[in-house]
Amino acid sequence: MFRPGRLVSWSVALSALLVGVVVASAALGPVRIDPLTVSRVIADLAGIGTHEVPATHRTIVADVRLPRILLAATVGFALAAAGTVMQGFFRNPLADPSIIGVSSGAAVGAVAAIAFPALVPIGSVHLPAFVGALVTAFLVYAIATEGGRTPVATLLLAGVAIQAFLGAVISFMVVHSGENLREAVIWMMGHLHRSSWGDVGFALPVTVVGVLVLGAYTREMNVLLLGEEDAQHLGVDVERTKLLLLALASLVTAAGVAVAGIIGFVGLVVPHMMRLVVGPDHRILLPTSALAGASFLVIADTVARVGAFGLPIVPVGIVTATVGAPFFLYLLTNREVHAL
Amino acid sequence: MTDGDQLSRVREGARIDLEDVAVSFGETDVLADVSLAVEPGEFVGLVGPNGAGKTTLLRAMSGALEPDRGLVDVDGAPLHERSSKAASRLVAVVPQNTHLSFSFDVRTVVEMGRYPHRSRFSPPDEDDRTAVDRALERTRTARFADRPIDEISGGERQRVVLARAIAQQTPALLLDEPTASLDVNHQIETLELVRELVEEGRTAVAAIHDLDLAARYCDRLVVLSDGTVLESGPPETVLDRDVLAAAFDANAVVTESPVTRTPTVTALRNDPERGVPDRVHVVGGGATAAGVLAELAAADCTCTVGPVASGDAAAELARGQGFEVVTVEPFAPLAADELERTRTAMADADATVVADLEVGAGNQLLLEALADRASLAVLEDRPFAERNHAGERARALYERCRERGVVASPADVLGAVAEAVARTEPTGRALEADDD
Repeated sequence: MFRPGRLVSWSVALSALLVGVVVASAALGPVRIDPLTVSRVIADLAGIGTHEVPATHRTIVADVRLPRILLAATVGFALAAAGTVMQGFFRNPLADPSIIGVSSGAAVGAVAAIAFPALVPIGSVHLPAFVGALVTAFLVYAIATEGGRTPVATLLLAGVAIQAFLGAVISFMVVHSGENLREAVIWMMGHLHRSSWGDVGFALPVTVVGVLVLGAYTREMNVLLLGEEDAQHLGVDVERTKLLLLALASLVTAAGVAVAGIIGFVGLVVPHMMRLVVGPDHRILLPTSALAGASFLVIADTVARVGAFGLPIVPVGIVTATVGAPFFLYLLTNREVHAL
Repeated sequence: MTDGDQLSRVREGARIDLEDVAVSFGETDVLADVSLAVEPGEFVGLVGPNGAGKTTLLRAMSGALEPDRGLVDVDGAPLHERSSKAASRLVAVVPQNTHLSFSFDVRTVVEMGRYPHRSRFSPPDEDDRTAVDRALERTRTARFADRPIDEISGGERQRVVLARAIAQQTPALLLDEPTASLDVNHQIETLELVRELVEEGRTAVAAIHDLDLAARYCDRLVVLSDGTVLESGPPETVLDRDVLAAAFDANAVVTESPVTRTPTVTALRNDPERGVPDRVHVVGGGATAAGVLAELAAADCTCTVGPVASGDAAAELARGQGFEVVTVEPFAPLAADELERTRTAMADADATVVADLEVGAGNQLLLEALADRASLAVLEDRPFAERNHAGERARALYERCRERGVVASPADVLGAVAEAVARTEPTGRALEADDD
C-alpha cells in the first residue's frame, strides 16, 4: 500500500545523499578543497550569507567543478526518471530512456554539428542534438500511430528500426568527420567535461519541469502496468496518457543527452535498483529513482573526472557502462529483474 | 458492515443497449449485427462456443473496442461519447486475463479501482478507503491484502481483480469468464457474490463457459454463435437440445438438477447414430432408466416410458423431455388400464428397452406383455436374481425376454436398440441364425 510518509522519508534521505555526494565531489580533484570551504561556496551561490573563502578555491568550486557536478546530477536525474517511465510504459525491463531513438537522433544532430561545422553553422552542439532527439521521438511516434492508436509493440519496433537507420547515418558522418573524429567519438561516449553554467541553465529547468509533470501521472503509470485495456476500464485516457508520458520522458532525455552525449546504463540500472528497494509503485519509484540517478551520475562522473582508483581520466559514459553492465548482469542472474 | 453496505450500494443498475453492433477483425466478422438490451438490475449470462464472440461483445460493451457499426448505449447515452473516466464510473470490467506479473500488493491493485473517483492531486478519502476495505472483505481477499500480487494463486488473483471492479462502484459490471480459473468452491462463491451485487441493484453481464452455473445464477441467458445472438431468454427456455446442437454442435440433454432445480446440461458422445429408431418404449425406473432415456433423447429418439412411479427419476427426466409417461402409484399393483396403455405404447414403438427392471408381485404381468415383443433390448446392470422379488415364474418370463432380445449393458443402449431393430428385419434374422 502507498504510504505518503514512506515517500517523504525516502526523498529526504536521497536528497541528503545527493547533497553529500555533490559536496564530496566538489572537494575532490587535482586540487583538494576542504568540504567546509565547498559548503561555504555553495551557500554563497545559493544566496545564504557571504563567507570568507580563498579566491582560487572559490573559482575552482564555483566556476569549474560545480557546473559539471550539477549538470551530472541533472542528467542523472533526467535519465533515471525517463528510464523509470519507459520501463513502466513498455512493461519491459530492458527499456531505457532512448528506446524510441532519442539518443540516436541527438547523436545525428550532434555529430553533424561536430563533423561538418560548415554545414551546421550554429557553433553549439546542444541545439542540433536536442532538436535531433525530439524530431526522432516524434517520427517514431508518428510511424507507430495508426487510427489514433499507438500499440506499444509497434512503437518499440519502430524505435529499433529508426535507431538502426540513424546508426548508419551516424557511422557515415563519423567516417567522414576527418580531424573532428575524436570529438565526435567522445560526444557519443557521453561526457561532461567543458560543462558550463549555461548548460545547467538549459538542462535543469527542462528536466525539473518535465519530471514534475511526470510526477503528476504516477497513478496512471501504475494503472498502465495492468495493461492498456485494464487501464482504460479503470478510466485512464490511455492514448492521451501514453502520448504525454512518451513526450515528457523523451523531452527530459533529450535535454540530458543534448548536454552530455549518450550516457548509457543510468536510465536502465537505476530504476531497477530502486524497484528492488522501494517496490513497483511509481508514486514512490519515480521520485526516488530520479534522486538516486542524480547521485549515481555525480559519483560516476567524479570517478571519470578525478581518475580515481588509479584510472586515467575518461568520458563518464565509460564509467557508467563499466559499473552498470556488470551490475545489470548481477540483477539479471540473481534477482527477478524481468518482473516489473 | 453498516457503513460498508451504505457505500457499496450503487444508485441503481445501468441499462445497456446494443443496436446492430458489428465488429470485424480484418476479414473475419466477429460480431454480426448483434442487438441486445440488458435491463437495469439484470444478470445476463453470455454463453456460446469458443470463438462465438463473447469476449468481443463484452469489449464492445465496456468501450474497449469501438464497433465498426452499431450503437452501444449505457445508461442512455452512447458509450464512446463519454470520457474514459465517465465511462469507468458506469462500467467496471473483470477481464479474463490481467497482466499481474509485477509485485504490487493486493491492496494497491484494488485501490486502482478508485482511480475514476479521485482527482489528480487529492489523497484517498474516507470513501475510497471504505470502498477498498469492503471490496477486499466481500471477495475474501482481505487476509492477503498485503501480499504481492505475483505471489498469490491464480484463483486468488481472479478474486482480486473482482475486488478491484467492486471498489469501482459502478452500476454495471462486465465479467469475462470470472470463474474460469477457480476451483468449484470459489466458482460458487464468486457467482453468489455477483448475484448479491445484482440483488443490490447492479446490472451484470458475464461470459460463462459452464452452462450449469450460467443457468443457476443468471436471470437470462444469451446464446451467441458465430457472432450472432442465437437465442435469448430465461435459462429454462433457452437451454434446450436444439439450441445446444445449433450453437455448440453438441449432442447434449438438458435435465433439471434435482439439487438446484435449475437446468443442467449433459453433453454426450457425438457419434453418428447407427440406426437408432424414431420411437422407443422404455420399461424400468430409477437412475438406469433415466440414463437410458437421456441417451435416447440425445440420439433424437422419441421415447415413451412406463409403467413407472410418478416421482421416479426416469419419470421426471421423461417429462422434462416432453415424453409420454405411463405413471403408476408407488408400490401399487399394475392396474388394467395402465397395462393396456403400456401395451399400446410398446406397439407404437419401433423397439422396446427393458432397463434393469425390478420385478415384484405388482408388475409381473408386465413381463408377460414384454415376452412377446419383437425388437427387444434387455439392458442389465445387476443380475436378475437381485432384482427379482416375484419368484420362479417371473424368472422364467425374464429368461424368455433375454433369449428373444439383445442383452447389453445400459451404456450400450444405442447399439442394443439398433441391433434389436435390425434383428426383426430379414437380414437381421439371418444374423440370429448364425448366432445359434
